[in-house]
Amino acid sequence: MSYGRETIALFGGVIGVLILASIVGFVLERRAGADDATVANLNARIKAWWVMVALIGVAFACGKAGVIVLFAFASFAALREFITLTATRHGDHIALAAAFFVVLPLQYYLIWIEWYGLYSIFVPVYVFLLLPIVAALRGDTTDFIGRVAEVQWGLMISVFCVSHVPALLTLPIPGLEGRQLLLIAFLILVVQSSDVLQYVWGKLLGRHKIAPVLSPSKTVEGLIGGVASATLLGAALWWITPFSPWQAGLMALLINLMGFCGGLVMSAIKRDRGVKDWGHMIEGHGGMLDRLDSVIFAAPIFFHVTRYWWSV
Amino acid sequence: MIDTAVAAAVTAFARLVTGARGNWLGCLPDPRPRVYFANHSSHGDFVLVWTVLPPALRRTTRPVAGADYWLRGSLRRFIVERVFHAVLIERDPEKRRLDPIRQMVDALDERASLILFPEGTRNTTTAPLLPFKSGLYHLAKARPGIELVPVWIENLNRVMPKGEFIPIPLLCTVTFGAPLLLAANEERAVFSERCRAALLALAPRRGEGR
Repeated sequence: MSYGRETIALFGGVIGVLILASIVGFVLERRAGADDATVANLNARIKAWWVMVALIGVAFACGKAGVIVLFAFASFAALREFITLTATRHGDHIALAAAFFVVLPLQYYLIWIEWYGLYSIFVPVYVFLLLPIVAALRGDTTDFIGRVAEVQWGLMISVFCVSHVPALLTLPIPGLEGRQLLLIAFLILVVQSSDVLQYVWGKLLGRHKIAPVLSPSKTVEGLIGGVASATLLGAALWWITPFSPWQAGLMALLINLMGFCGGLVMSAIKRDRGVKDWGHMIEGHGGMLDRLDSVIFAAPIFFHVTRYWWSV
Repeated sequence: MIDTAVAAAVTAFARLVTGARGNWLGCLPDPRPRVYFANHSSHGDFVLVWTVLPPALRRTTRPVAGADYWLRGSLRRFIVERVFHAVLIERDPEKRRLDPIRQMVDALDERASLILFPEGTRNTTTAPLLPFKSGLYHLAKARPGIELVPVWIENLNRVMPKGEFIPIPLLCTVTFGAPLLLAANEERAVFSERCRAALLALAPRRGEGR
């Protein structure tokens, strides 16, 4: 494996940023006092980032198996958060058991054996048709279309879309053989830093709300500042990708915009269900889906654009 | 020794499957004897309430359970008697040798807290809460100073509906409301309705309009 040097450089950079963030958080807390809710939340988020970076680091060190296990676990946490907020009934029990214990593991197994022809249609075609059959056989027709649609949506978002992150490992790209982990690093680093930078720009300069109904904390200034700076970061990371600098910048812009819109869509669902966060798993961030919403919307698009133009 | 290990295993399993989280909305944990009264839809209900209590309170909090169900089979009996130290009551008045209210009052007098399901049986209907039995009222009348804490258990009925064998790992929350006390001269029906309303108020408004 020859991705060692780039990976170490990336993690070194991320850890440097986290150390800087922790120092800033410490100084802010000294100034604002321990009672300031915004600063307390900021520090909780920074602390959670340390844990998340450590987990990704361990997964990367374990290679393909580590990354697949990590994202399978993320899918599991995301799916349970999603289904918890749906209105499924007793009649969906077997379909739900199948979603958690058959569909999810099978999707990741298909990625493990790198069967592109099946993992890319398994949930949208086979599961789409089979799960409603299982639910229908139980004979409960109350709100049937709503229940079936919610389960399918939960699987598409939490399992299908999330699984496209580790699926990047299966892309045969000339010049990137055995180093596809770097594609994952690029995707996660760009999209997550876009989230963080939108938050930072929004807190510093945010004046005009962009979607007051959906997500009152998102501002025009945060969106432009965050997406622009994360796009520049993406362009600057071209050396770990098969892209040229301007291609890397365009790709970063694409996934940042998808990520932003993903946040809006997932907020719309939360609003409808009357909750602020999807869960409580990650201190300061909310649930797994709160942290992954942008990656979920960016990953499949990033996967297919990369596959269409760069893989053989 | 083995009962402590089993207790740890049971709570760990409950946390793993349900991600159980206690939400102390109307009060904080308190070592004084209390009656936690909760909605009842699954045999796992008291396990979940017990799991989200701070460990120090678990040792002094005893579920009130039906002897007819829990004394059938040696594993059930072991779990309910040795692990959870349940107050086992006979629900059928015909077969009763001990007065259930007396048993509960004795437990409170020994400084234990109780977990009680005032619906008296598991709710398998689509109504959120069945009418309350009179037990909660008689208990409050016998020991009027005891705080009655409404506890709403959300989602456990979806994790393991009646007659299913595979649990669905949905997230469950246990919400603790503000404590109630029996008012002087409060009538049974009025008091029961007040307690029932306080418990229902803790249920999430999710999916309304369906």
